[in-house]
Amino acid sequence: MTPLPMEQAAAPEPRWQVLRGANVGDRVYRGALTALALSLPLLLVALVSELALNAWPAIRRFGLHFVWTSVWDPVAGVFGAAPMIFGTIASSFLALLLAVPLSLGVAIYLTEFAPKWLRQPVSFLVELLAAIPSVVYGLWGIFVLIPFLRTYVVPPLRATLGWTPFLSGVFYGNSLLAGSVILAIMIVPYIAAVSREVLLAVPVSQREAALGMGATRWEAVWTAVVPYGRAGLIGAVILGLGRALGETMAVTMLIGNRHDIGLSVLQPAYTMAAAIANEFSEATTDLYLSALFEVGLILFVITVAVNALARLMIWRVARGTAVGSRAL
Amino acid sequence: MSVRRLRRRVVNGVMTALVGVLSFVAVLALLLILGHLVAKGASSLDWSFFTKNPVPAGTSGGGVANAIVGTAIVVGGAALIGLPIGIGTGLYLAEYGSGRLGWIVRFVADVLNGTPSIVVGIFVWTWLVRPMGHFSAFAGSVALAILMVPMIARTTEELVRLVPHSLREAALALGYPRWRTSLRIVARTALAGILTGCLVAVARIAGETAPLLFTALGNVNFNTHIGEPMEALSLQIFQYATGPFDEWHRLAWASALVLMGLVLVLAILARWVLRSRHGAAR
Repeated sequence: MTPLPMEQAAAPEPRWQVLRGANVGDRVYRGALTALALSLPLLLVALVSELALNAWPAIRRFGLHFVWTSVWDPVAGVFGAAPMIFGTIASSFLALLLAVPLSLGVAIYLTEFAPKWLRQPVSFLVELLAAIPSVVYGLWGIFVLIPFLRTYVVPPLRATLGWTPFLSGVFYGNSLLAGSVILAIMIVPYIAAVSREVLLAVPVSQREAALGMGATRWEAVWTAVVPYGRAGLIGAVILGLGRALGETMAVTMLIGNRHDIGLSVLQPAYTMAAAIANEFSEATTDLYLSALFEVGLILFVITVAVNALARLMIWRVARGTAVGSRAL
Repeated sequence: MSVRRLRRRVVNGVMTALVGVLSFVAVLALLLILGHLVAKGASSLDWSFFTKNPVPAGTSGGGVANAIVGTAIVVGGAALIGLPIGIGTGLYLAEYGSGRLGWIVRFVADVLNGTPSIVVGIFVWTWLVRPMGHFSAFAGSVALAILMVPMIARTTEELVRLVPHSLREAALALGYPRWRTSLRIVARTALAGILTGCLVAVARIAGETAPLLFTALGNVNFNTHIGEPMEALSLQIFQYATGPFDEWHRLAWASALVLMGLVLVLAILARWVLRSRHGAAR
């Protein structure tokens, strides 16, 4: 082994240009990547302006009445979206009511209690729920979930709580209840995955401190781990809400598509996304089309606001990570 | 043992059992759905299902060959458009994304990730379908690509960031320019991860229906021309599931099984790629 002849290996003069990164290739590379990256903000701007532009005739014509009134009469050219806004919010909140305990349970079990060998497979299976296409959920809902609800869920519900206004009317199948249950199943993987990452980000010292003070394992989870990750967990729930608000196909197939505001969960309802899916290709007049664009714009603005809120809350706990964008 | 202590132990036991049961319920939901798909769809998977086109409503027989080919073309087109933009954006975020623009792009990607797909559908309708005057598979691909880009960008960024800094420093110290370091050292090291992100994104959009309703539209005939309306499995399932015929319902279950199989294969492939390269990553 002879030592390297240093005189020959060393460059005759330092390449300052390279060291400063002022290489032509570098500039081209950076420029190209920046251009690609800029496409996303531009896309967002294009999306918003296109929606707003197309919705403008309806906005000018109906103003705020669009949001408050419930007459949706394409023939007369009168449009009020209150029933679908109500249905969207009602179905999403009912879904959260079912999905939040379920997904928090999954997340807590997987991070705190499950045996090590079980964690990976179970979290994979739960996250696989996110891989099922919406339209397949809809198909399953029509032919499995609705018959199940009709036989096993609605009669006992009626027997115990039938006197409340929430369970009045005949259950035909397609209903707010069916739509909400399917939504709940669909958002569980999102909430569970993000909650799990949030709980994993809680320092072990939190648990150790609680256990060291004599807390049971559940008390450690409930008094030390969960409060520590509270902002992130709320973010996870809000993220699930965002998913539920914009979900289209499964809800369209199950919620019954009726322009009416009713308190009963057994009655059909409508959502904004479902209205667009059902009526967009039938919109014969410009005003009708414009009204549907306004529905789309409202839906978009709501989901963007909800998602932005969720991101900010999750980032507070797990800074800058892509948590939840990859629930699979 | 005091009552109080007993109560605490009981609560501990009950809650431990409860979260276990809840996890079981979530897994059960998945198994039920997959089980029903197989039970109701598998018997219809025969030769004619894969090779024939739909027959007129009400008559029996026929298949969904047009939809299978259509899904392949529309999703393939979306991947061609979406992958380069998504990976490029992800590399930007990982390499140069520490400034204000990086923050904006990252935030926009996360916001777009949660955008309802139906909104993307009507956006592409105004952008491509209305000016062109007709529905087309190409418009469908663009709509799906828009859904893919933010997903891929964020996973690419995350996985490129995992590459150890020492690798980059070693390359730069040898006089490699930054762009070659980025492409030949950093991106190549993260290749398995990037590929995984792409597979996951493709799996996600393969089952999308809402963005295709007003772009690819659907087509009862066999069509491979991307300038024309095209059928997709997801569109076919929607039409058949909500239709009145038993024959349609049968085909809907079979199509759903095929679609689900495709998505599962992609998802499992993604896991496998990541695991075989990165060891037991995640």
